[in-house]
Amino acid sequence: MILAWMIIILLLGGVGAWAANRFSALWSRSLSLVALSIDLVLALVVVASPSRESGTGQWLVQLNYNWIPQFGISFHLGLDGLSLLLVFLTLFLGIISVLCSWNEVREHVGFFHFNLLWILSGIIGVFLALDLFLFYFFWELMLVPMYFLIGIWGHENRIYAAIKFFLFTQASGLLMLIAIVGLYFVHGRATGIYTFDYLQLLGTSMSPAVAMWLMLGFFVAFAVKLPAIPFHSWLPDAHTEAPTAGSVILAGLLLKTGAYGLLRFVVPLFPDAARVFAPVAMVIAVIGILYGAMLAFAQTDLKRLVAYTSISHMGFVVLGIFALNGIAMQGAVIQILCHGISTGALFVLVGALDERIHTRNLDQMGGLWSVVPRLGAVTMLFALASLGLPGLGNFVGEFLVLFGSYRVNIPLTVLATVGIVFATVYSLWIIQRAFHGPMREYPKLRDLSPREVGITALLIAAIVWLGFSPQPVFNIARPSVESVIQNVSEQRQDNPWVVGTLGSSGQGGTP
Amino acid sequence: MLHWLWLVPAFPFAGYLVLALAGARLSRTSVASIGVGTVGLATLVACGVGLSFIYSPPVNHTYSQTLWTWISVGNFSPKIAFYLDALSLVMTLVVTFVSFLIHLYSSAFMIDEEGYSRFFAYMNLFVGSMLTLVLADNFLLLYLGWEGVGLCSYLLIGFWYKDPVNGRAACKAFIVTRIGDTAFAIGLFLLFTQLGTLQIQEVMQRAAQQWTAGSSLAVAASALLLGGAVGKSAQLPLQTWLPDAMAGPTPVSALIHAATMVTAGVYLIARAHVLFSLAPSVQLVVAIIGLATLLLAGFSALVQRDIKRVLAYSTISQIGYMFLALGVGAWSAAIFHLMTHAFFKALLFLAAGVVILAMHEEHDMFKMGGLRSRLPLTFWTFLVGAASLSALPLVTAGFYSKDLILWGAWSSPSGSTWLWVGGLVGALLTSLYTFRVVFLTFFGELNHEVSYAPDIRLRLPLIVLAVLSVVGGFVELPRTLGDRPLFSNFMGSVLPALEHVGGDTRTELALQIIAAVVSISGIYLAYLFFLRRRSFATGIAGSTVGTVLRRFWFGGWGFDWLYEHSLVKPFVWLVRANKDDFIDSIYDGIARLNEVFYGLLARTETGKVRWYMTGIAFGAIVAIAIAVFL
Repeated sequence: MILAWMIIILLLGGVGAWAANRFSALWSRSLSLVALSIDLVLALVVVASPSRESGTGQWLVQLNYNWIPQFGISFHLGLDGLSLLLVFLTLFLGIISVLCSWNEVREHVGFFHFNLLWILSGIIGVFLALDLFLFYFFWELMLVPMYFLIGIWGHENRIYAAIKFFLFTQASGLLMLIAIVGLYFVHGRATGIYTFDYLQLLGTSMSPAVAMWLMLGFFVAFAVKLPAIPFHSWLPDAHTEAPTAGSVILAGLLLKTGAYGLLRFVVPLFPDAARVFAPVAMVIAVIGILYGAMLAFAQTDLKRLVAYTSISHMGFVVLGIFALNGIAMQGAVIQILCHGISTGALFVLVGALDERIHTRNLDQMGGLWSVVPRLGAVTMLFALASLGLPGLGNFVGEFLVLFGSYRVNIPLTVLATVGIVFATVYSLWIIQRAFHGPMREYPKLRDLSPREVGITALLIAAIVWLGFSPQPVFNIARPSVESVIQNVSEQRQDNPWVVGTLGSSGQGGTP
Repeated sequence: MLHWLWLVPAFPFAGYLVLALAGARLSRTSVASIGVGTVGLATLVACGVGLSFIYSPPVNHTYSQTLWTWISVGNFSPKIAFYLDALSLVMTLVVTFVSFLIHLYSSAFMIDEEGYSRFFAYMNLFVGSMLTLVLADNFLLLYLGWEGVGLCSYLLIGFWYKDPVNGRAACKAFIVTRIGDTAFAIGLFLLFTQLGTLQIQEVMQRAAQQWTAGSSLAVAASALLLGGAVGKSAQLPLQTWLPDAMAGPTPVSALIHAATMVTAGVYLIARAHVLFSLAPSVQLVVAIIGLATLLLAGFSALVQRDIKRVLAYSTISQIGYMFLALGVGAWSAAIFHLMTHAFFKALLFLAAGVVILAMHEEHDMFKMGGLRSRLPLTFWTFLVGAASLSALPLVTAGFYSKDLILWGAWSSPSGSTWLWVGGLVGALLTSLYTFRVVFLTFFGELNHEVSYAPDIRLRLPLIVLAVLSVVGGFVELPRTLGDRPLFSNFMGSVLPALEHVGGDTRTELALQIIAAVVSISGIYLAYLFFLRRRSFATGIAGSTVGTVLRRFWFGGWGFDWLYEHSLVKPFVWLVRANKDDFIDSIYDGIARLNEVFYGLLARTETGKVRWYMTGIAFGAIVAIAIAVFL
């Protein structure tokens, strides 16, 4: 039940925050924070005492109610290590989003927080749903409030961006719906049981061609969200035009639902098709890494630049997932978390900068270091995270992905590694253009306020912790990753390493 | 005492944290005492560890200390762990000791700078990272230190960030070395995939067991590591970043771009010597790169006007000697030269820093002159450093280390006369350009009146380093001169001794005499050209051939130009051309197409019944036709 509460609390909190705006904006902000904190506590409770009676195997907690039994639809939620990590990320970035909108959002504060919390509950639903119909329901639930968030509180070109975002995700979502229904009937015809339940649909036998088409239906939906080349072009507009909180949620969480979908649905439901398709996906991933980085370097709008870096970094996630081995997949998982934190942080910082100098144009910046040194130092740190500096989390993710993908495909791994040089170029470019160089005339600027110092300190602590001691994350994610890998490599006895060594992996944590 | 090892890198890191978090609120005195103090403590601990290592050696002359497991996924389990053996001990001592002296120097040198605490924060971070690099027990942790020192190099080159020229130099340094690092990273992927570990000693053992000499995997792995080493150590073809790196403050040039970081590539190859021994072809490439670099950089050093740029090219050239030594398998000779070079090159930079300070930020040697009498201590210490760099026979450290390299190039099984001759030409160039600096700067007429009394914190490091630049060589006396190879013996537990096949003691003596003559004649030529008969030099430089060559060498043999036009500009052009992402225009096209169709269809909505009737009739005919004919 605790899982349902996590979703319900956010939904209710959203309504409450909307209503509370009658009293004051502060009430809706605080109420949102309270709702997120309660969820965080619930998530911690799950970690501390996994209720073993309802959980089996990789699942720590499950919840299963009949919903529309005539069609085999149930309200089935389940939480395993992978979902748990992503739920933590969602709540963490949710809190950051509320805090970073404290001053930025001044109109319709109640409705803003309503949308924010409903997006977050949709995202948590996506990470928990174990019924494909329910999954689709949550998938759409994220979409509409996000549309409003961009369209109402966004920047100059917000309506265009909001509609573009909506069309891309909606169109691809429909493809997924077709694939879901297709899978429903394939399974029903084969077994006589018509169900949308994920655990029952696992291992459905079908012809390779059918599997490939259904898999592609899912893949396209998730590839759009990720986004992967060539479905990425909604992203720069949406990220750039969204308010800061919107960008943080888009980059930090919404993109992750795509990666999560690949890990949870594409590979486990269609292991054979995924294996056949893996080389193509890896090529798409590497093109994304290089192409995204090159586009990022070309931009003069700082926010757009950061947006394009997401394409590049999410390429590593796709590469890691489709390398189909334990190391790369663990790398993909931690890259998901680290990208959420580091890019979220960069959007917060760009937002803070925009609040101060009222431009995001790099050509109009320069020498900011001497005016706002703390802002500069923090931006530098996250730019370094973005270029994969060891000691910060992104390095662990990217290198594990590359270590894993090397054994699968050397040329693609080499190209992806070149992407790290590209990342160096655009990251240094940000620092050079905005913070270094001759100082421009600025009106009196404030350095980071205590609230902003608090936000960035949380983000820094997270990224440094993941850089030096990521082992807890691996331990939590291991059962999920293991089951995905075992599933996909069952027929592949020629490479026993993949399963064998994962099974024997040590319990090493921090002493 | 050995279990205190982790404190050696921990102290500078702690200093960094304090300065980064609270530096802005601290007074200059406290900043300096934290910055210098933590490095001093690290030096003390390192000395203690060193003494205990020497007097009560651990088993197998190695000691390792695991702090925690960094990552453990499958069989991939690098740890945060330190590994001490003779090689890493020597490196640790050199790094801590030189760092401490340079920190002390900086506390006075940088006193008027705005970012005093920022400077020391970066410097401490650098020392910590460098120590992590040399003490790392696995390649991933070594890579962490490797990237960390690269970052600090970037931050410190661009320390005066308001001038975009400095920023450009900083970015160039980071990006060029990162290109090498990419090769290094791919090398790590290869090593782990093939050998299943990243723990350095394990890697070496398994490589020696599983790979035969000359096997393609060994060649690929060592070539990739070489890529990283070449970038970091500014060797051909990735040497272009180092001369520009002189944009940073002088203590930075002394510490990072002369004594420690740039020699990391040499350390890496020595560390992985088992791997390189398995790939003789790559080892030959190392020797050739070293030789080519030392010559090219030597010529470039000869025509620079900026005193720091001469020293920068000289550093590239001297590291070329170290690569030459590594290439012929004279491992301990390379590390020996690394050590002596750290002493005398740091000394030269620090003394040059005093000169620049006294000349009010003037870098051009042709505007200096006659400073001998005005800056006596600086002059004498610089002279000692210059003599050591020029390998002045018998009395300088540089003589012993360079001699060992030349002897190795001649007598090693993979050595040859050509390598030796090349090294000898380099030696001539070295003493020529070095004493060109000495004569132009300190002799001749006084161009500017200078009165400057360096602080004790500036003088002390100069004196200590000058002493080391002399006595540092006596730890390794060749067979012909006392035969006390203490250094090689100490290194023997890690680095295999070189087998000399090319000559007996008499040959060695003859070669030494030739080298000594070459060194001294270089100094004499410098005296002739740049002090006695300036017209000689100007005459040669002014001739047609001279002008062309001078320009060519001055610009570093056109490498910058080449890279600018073949890589940077096309890349920037390509990126700019696609700024708006052509893929997006496909989607735009779809949207436009929809609008066009919408417009066409909207036109049919005329409100005229006649049109609608026609449409219905026409549609009916088509429908009937389809029904009838199909």
